[in-house]
Amino acid sequence: MTVPIGMEAGSAVRETAGSGLAAVEGGRETVIIGLEVHCQLNTESKLFCGCSTDYRSDPPNTHVCPTCLGLPGSLPAMNRRAVEYALLVAKALNCRVADEAEFARKNYFYPDLTKGFQITMYNRPLAEGGYLDIEGDGAEKRVRITRIHLEEDPGRLVHMGTPDRPRYSLVDYNRSGIPLIEIVTEPDLRSPKEARRLLNGLRTTLEYLGVFDGDQEGSLRVDANISIRGSERVEVKNISSYRGVEKALTYEITRQRGVLRRGQKVERETRHFVEARGVTTSARSKEQEHDYRYFTEPDLRPLQVRHWVEGIALPELPAARRERFTAQYGISPEHARTLCGELRLAEFFEQMAPCGNPLLAATWVADTLQGELNYREMEIGKVPPARFRELLGMLCRKEVTDKAAVEVLRRMLDQCLKGEEVQSPAQIMEKNMLGKTAGDTFTGIVREVIAECGDAVRDYRAGRGEALNFLVGQVMKRTRGRADPKELTRILREELEPQGT
Amino acid sequence: MVRGETQQDPLNAFITLAEIPPRAPGRLSGITVAVKDNISTRGVETTCGSRILSGYVPPYDAHVVDLIRNEGALIPGKTNMDEFGMGSSTENSGFGPARNPRDPERVTGGSSGGSAAAVASGMARMALGTDTGGSIRCPAAFCGIVGLKPTYGRISRYGLVAYANSLEQIGPMALSVADCSLLMEVISRFDARDATMQDRPYLPRLDGDIRGMRIGVPAEFFGEGVDPAVADRVRKAISVLEGLGAAIVECAMPSMEYALAAYYVTCTSEASSNLARFDGVRYGPASDYKKPWHEAFQEVRMQHFGPEVRRRILIGTFALSAGYYGKYYGKAQVAREHVREDYSRLFQEVDLLAGPTMPTVAWKIGEKSDPLSMYLADILTVPANLAGVPAASVPCGTVQGLPVGLQLTGRAFEDELVMNAAYAYEQGVKA
Ligand SMILES: [Zn+2]
Repeated sequence: MTVPIGMEAGSAVRETAGSGLAAVEGGRETVIIGLEVHCQLNTESKLFCGCSTDYRSDPPNTHVCPTCLGLPGSLPAMNRRAVEYALLVAKALNCRVADEAEFARKNYFYPDLTKGFQITMYNRPLAEGGYLDIEGDGAEKRVRITRIHLEEDPGRLVHMGTPDRPRYSLVDYNRSGIPLIEIVTEPDLRSPKEARRLLNGLRTTLEYLGVFDGDQEGSLRVDANISIRGSERVEVKNISSYRGVEKALTYEITRQRGVLRRGQKVERETRHFVEARGVTTSARSKEQEHDYRYFTEPDLRPLQVRHWVEGIALPELPAARRERFTAQYGISPEHARTLCGELRLAEFFEQMAPCGNPLLAATWVADTLQGELNYREMEIGKVPPARFRELLGMLCRKEVTDKAAVEVLRRMLDQCLKGEEVQSPAQIMEKNMLGKTAGDTFTGIVREVIAECGDAVRDYRAGRGEALNFLVGQVMKRTRGRADPKELTRILREELEPQGT
Repeated sequence: MVRGETQQDPLNAFITLAEIPPRAPGRLSGITVAVKDNISTRGVETTCGSRILSGYVPPYDAHVVDLIRNEGALIPGKTNMDEFGMGSSTENSGFGPARNPRDPERVTGGSSGGSAAAVASGMARMALGTDTGGSIRCPAAFCGIVGLKPTYGRISRYGLVAYANSLEQIGPMALSVADCSLLMEVISRFDARDATMQDRPYLPRLDGDIRGMRIGVPAEFFGEGVDPAVADRVRKAISVLEGLGAAIVECAMPSMEYALAAYYVTCTSEASSNLARFDGVRYGPASDYKKPWHEAFQEVRMQHFGPEVRRRILIGTFALSAGYYGKYYGKAQVAREHVREDYSRLFQEVDLLAGPTMPTVAWKIGEKSDPLSMYLADILTVPANLAGVPAASVPCGTVQGLPVGLQLTGRAFEDELVMNAAYAYEQGVKA
């Protein structure tokens, strides 16, 4: 598909075919949203030096060298892996890769910026004119990608004092020079929910490519351009989470509608998202007057990327995997969408599928397990696949009821969360007497004990309560402690009822 | 730290004198090589002639410093220079001007004036300089020594504090062509840390045989502003080359008309960006952290940059501004392309170009007070930087007792040919 590039928000945007959107939706004006998404690429070393990118658990300013500190005389040396990662993204997002891409300097002062400029790309980015299909508010929707480029992350400021009484700021340059990819979309999004879906789609795609880890703190940052048709565009900066995007945009739409309702004009401006309060605040007008004085970075050569990208092969992407899942395993499109919507979930499912009943596996992974994980805010990566596979096996062989299996799963996940070693489903069932036969086994032992310990039985029936403790102890001994004493007491009481014998 | 003229350093050639380590083996074993103060030296203060870098001690060595240390060179100190290389006389140093050994009342030329003075006075046998628009060749000419601005991309700039990245190169300075050539050979080893470097090391070929070599003499090299006595001296030097078997070809280089403007727009633009990092946060005099950061930055930069540096930052910032970029920076790049084209056209006809290095001999300290007349002095040296081609200055006699330099310019990566012609001249004059 050919797309017009560089279209301004607020101008007449050609609707993507099939989106079915009119200028007015539900009696309200159309909201127009475009995103600039910055993702940290998970290369081992930084973009222009050999420093490790694995800095998050280390003290400040320990992953630094002359280059990423911008010391006088230092020079950038290109990390080819970062370019390859960015080209993978460009290819996956169906972009036209440039013959030659060129780094440029973006000049501005800020204490987290070591050189007084950021090395980025300006008028010769890596790639332009791509798209990503997402689930739209109506049908599936194609969001156009304007451009993709590479740049370096600045350092990080740590503000001391309180927001009301700032004292001073400390600078940590560990993050300085981490490779960032910037993905700019056309203003094709029509709601905060669509924006969130686009981000999820990008995250999934980048994770499938193995170039991004969305779980790392601060690995994603978003600037959003938002306008209500016919009004000025507002840029919201500083959004740093998936949920934040939806919150910031929702707030901003409400604010802009309020302004319009009062008969005022929305001003073209830059606003900051304050995540803690869930609001956007106007940035000082000075910041909007920034003239970045871009010019070609003289210390780096242009990158011959067209030729380079030809040699790069894409792995299976979410859409292809969804299709394969429905074809290969016969699972429903809904399940395939859920499973493929997260790389680790899809991989987890594929480890479970050989259990003999892929449909059962899909239901248990996509619905039951996902639900339990969400409830616990737990990552799929923490679940031991072998244990889950055992549980599925038992379900397949009907050795466990659905209800009991859910109980077993919950206990397994709780053990994971506590950092304990996860027991096998059989062990959990036996210990908690969830199995179909487990209760009978204990009942058998209880009956043996009752038959052999006539004196104690008589004492108990004569009203001497402590005799029960003796009987429980005897049963415990024979079950080698696997039984729950409370449960045993209950069974013993039942068995000792006169009508029971 | 004692700075300015001292008994040890009457010419103020050095900003920092270093302790000389014990002798080590290598091709430069026991040889003193002074290092210009914009080249990073681990553990030795590196100021670039600027107060804003006072107290900055690099934690690493520049690639060229690594190379000369490995060959046993002894570094006697860091040499005086125009602040960040911005000047043609070393008067713009934050630590006082260097003095010309031939006449201490006169300038050394610049910006590598300290390096030239150290070599010419015998305080060091060789020196490293840097050349952005003539900063090796000008002081070499004024102090009567040999200096080479190598082909762009032949020497690693890793560790060279950037002034104008796309124009500058580190290069050798010495009393003789042979010494200069030896130092060039040592410092041209490949370094992957400089993306603009090419792996084409310098292989000296000093046989002095220039028979059949075609040497072009552009009329513009003897144009307006060139002192007739200097022109005369250089023409005599060119006839020496002819006598040695070279063919002299009169030619034209029309792009010279725009070269100086293209040069100053380009170098100030790049400088305005390069010098942004001096904000008092990480090194140099500290900024006041109790003030809002932008005020604190402004204060440090106002107080510690010299007037010429501030002027060039302002010019460069303006030239890159939205609305002016096309008119200045964009146009300068077009003019730069014309200069390159002129050279490649000429180098189809001739092997070398010859002319004066500087339009005049060294002027008196304080004599040139307006910046423009100082800028005009660079007219003959900047074209080589714009095109990235190699150019050397070799002493060719004196005018009123002050040295004059013969400038020889060659094709890119033919530094060997340039040095061989310089050697032929040097030996030819001796004979
Ligand atoms: Zn680093």
